[in-house]
Amino acid sequence: MMKRFLLAAAGCTMLAGVAHAEGELNIYNWGNYTSPDVVKKFEEKYKVKVTVTDYDSNDTALAKVRAGGHGFDMVVPSGNFMPIWIKEGLLLEARPDQMENFKNVDPQWVNVDYDPGRHYSVPWQWGTVGVSVRTDKYKGDINTWGIIFNTPDELKGKVNVVPEMNDVIDAAIKYNGGKHCSMDKEILKKARDTLVAAKPNWVAMEYSTIEKMVKGDYLATSDWNGSALRQRLQNPDIKYGYPKEGFTYWMDNLSILKDAKNAENAKLFMNFVMDPENAAGLSAFARYANGIAGSDKFMPADMKDAPELNVPAESQPHGEFATACPPEAVEIYTKIWTELMK
Amino acid sequence: MTDPSAPSAQRVIDEARARDVRSRWLLSAPALAIIFFAAIGPLFVVLIYSFMQKGDYGDVKPWTFSTDGWFNVLFERDLFDDTLGLAWANLVIFWRSVKLSVITTVVTLLLGFPTAYFISTRPEHRRDLWLFLITIPFWTNLLIRTFAIQEVVRNEGIVNSALIGLGLIHEPIQIMFTDTAILLGMVYVYLPLMVLPLYASMEKIDFRLVEAGYDLYATRFAVLRRIIIPLVKPGIVAGSILVFIPSLGAYVTPKLLGGGKNMMLGNLIELQFGQGRNWPLGSALSIFLMIIVMAALLVYVRNASDSGGRHG
Repeated sequence: MMKRFLLAAAGCTMLAGVAHAEGELNIYNWGNYTSPDVVKKFEEKYKVKVTVTDYDSNDTALAKVRAGGHGFDMVVPSGNFMPIWIKEGLLLEARPDQMENFKNVDPQWVNVDYDPGRHYSVPWQWGTVGVSVRTDKYKGDINTWGIIFNTPDELKGKVNVVPEMNDVIDAAIKYNGGKHCSMDKEILKKARDTLVAAKPNWVAMEYSTIEKMVKGDYLATSDWNGSALRQRLQNPDIKYGYPKEGFTYWMDNLSILKDAKNAENAKLFMNFVMDPENAAGLSAFARYANGIAGSDKFMPADMKDAPELNVPAESQPHGEFATACPPEAVEIYTKIWTELMK
Repeated sequence: MTDPSAPSAQRVIDEARARDVRSRWLLSAPALAIIFFAAIGPLFVVLIYSFMQKGDYGDVKPWTFSTDGWFNVLFERDLFDDTLGLAWANLVIFWRSVKLSVITTVVTLLLGFPTAYFISTRPEHRRDLWLFLITIPFWTNLLIRTFAIQEVVRNEGIVNSALIGLGLIHEPIQIMFTDTAILLGMVYVYLPLMVLPLYASMEKIDFRLVEAGYDLYATRFAVLRRIIIPLVKPGIVAGSILVFIPSLGAYVTPKLLGGGKNMMLGNLIELQFGQGRNWPLGSALSIFLMIIVMAALLVYVRNASDSGGRHG
C-alpha cells in the first residue's frame, strides 16, 4: 500500500506537468506495476491525463469492476482470469490485432488460449512464479516449494506467501505430484493438508514483498520473478529459485473495459505499449519481460542476463504456462483457498 | 341549549393541530429520507444479500434464496468428507477481535485516565495547549501513522535496532505481524478517543469535593474510587464505547501490522468480497458484527448505569 501512495504521489506530480489535457485515461492495474515514465511519455505525446489506480489481486479487480461505477477504462488481468473477464462481458472487443503496432507482438504471445488472435488484449508483462530467498540466512537448495511448504528451521516464522489463489494452490498441487488444473481428489486433499500444515510457519500473507524482503521482515517468500529481481538489486543476497516440483509462467494482459468512458484514449495506449521502446520502458520499471519483439535493445543492461528473467537450462523442463482452469476445478480451489485464508 | 360556537372552536383547534402535525412531518421528511436512504436502506441491501446464493466469481445469483451465508458464519462442511463441524477458523477470528478490542479499551483507559486527569488539573489557560497536543495525531492519515508503527516494530526497526545496539538481545524480536503489533497500533490510534471524553467529564469535577474527601480522612485511593471515578463515569462509558466499537471493526491496523494472516473481523469480511468470493457470507458476517456490537453496548450501558445509580 505504501507503493500505492508513492504511485499516487508520482501521479499527482505528473498531472501537474500536463496543463492542457485533451482527455483522460483511467488505468486500473496491479500495484507498483505501471511505469511512471511510460505514462508520462504517453501523456505528453497525446495530451491525455492518465490516472493509475492499483489493485492487489485478480479477484479484487474483478469484484470492483463487476460492481460497476468504477470509472476505469483499462484493466490488466492475468491470463488465467481472462476467460472470466471475457465470459462475463466485461471487456471491449477492441481488436488490438488490427492496430498499427501489433506487428511487434512476439508471435508466441499472439495465439494465446485465453484470447486467440488477440481480439481483446495485448501483452503487458510476463514472468514466472517461484520463491525468493535470503541466501545469507539459508544455505540449502532454494529450487523447491519446500521453502514454503516444508519450511527449513532457519526460515520458520519468517516466510511470506503472496496470497494469489491460483499461484498458491498450483504450487501445492505440484508439490504433491499433481498437474496444473488437477481435479484428482486425492491430490487436492493432500494439497489442502499441505497448505493448512504449512501456514503456522508463515509470518504473513501479503503482496508487498519487495521492501519487506530487503528490510529482513521476511527471509523467504513465494514471489514473481520481476519482484525478486528488484529485491536482488537492493540486496545481492536475495536469490530467486525455480521449484523443481514445477513452476508456472503467467502473462498479464492490458485490456479495455466495455463501459470505458475513454475507449479511444485506451486504444491509443494499447497501441502505445506495443511499441518496443515503450514496452521496454514498462519492463525497466516492473522488471518483467514484456512479450514485444525488438524491445531487447531498449532494455536496461542489468536485465539482459538476469537469472530471474532467463530460466536456467536445468530448470526449463519444470516450467508450464498457467492456463485457465475449468470452473469445476476453480470451485474446489476456491474452497481450499477459503479454508486456508480463514 | 348548546353553544353553537363550541363545535366550530373545537374544529379550529383540531385543524390547527392537524396542520401542526402535517408541517412537523413535512419539515422532518428530508431528515427521515436521508436516514432511510443513506443509513437503513443500504443495511437492508446487506441483509438481502446475506440470504442469497453466492455467485461463481463473487457477487450473488440474483433472487435465489439460501441460508448458506448465515450457516457458514458458525458452521462448515469438510471439503472432502462432507462432515459438519464448527467453523473454528471464524470462531478464532471472532475471539481475537473481541479479545484485542477489550484489551485495547482497558489499556487506553489506563493510559487515558491519568492523562485526562493531568490536563484537567492544569491552570485553565494551559489546558487548551495540552488538548491541542492530544489532537496532533489526527492531522496525519491513519494509514501513514500505521506505516510509521511498522517502522518502529519491524525486525530492522527502531525498537529492535536499539535493543540490539544496547546489547540486550542478539536476534531481533518478532513483533511485526503478531497480535502484539496489532494491539500496539490500535492503542496508539484510539488513545485520543479515550482521552477527550474523559477530559470532558473531568473538567466538570468540582475539586472542592476532593478536598472535602481529604478533610474527612479519606486516603488517596478512597478519593479516587469514591469521588473521582463516580464523577467521571459518563466519560469512562463514552470513551470505552468510542474505543471498543471501532476496535472491533478495525481493518487497516490488523491488515498492515497483522500481515494478512492474523485477521480480525473486518479483514475476514473483506476477504469474502475479494478472494473468498462469498458475498453472502461477507454480508452475514457484517450483520453478525453489528449484532455483537449492539449486544455489547446494551450490556455495557446497562451495567454502567446500574453501578452509576448506586453511587449517585
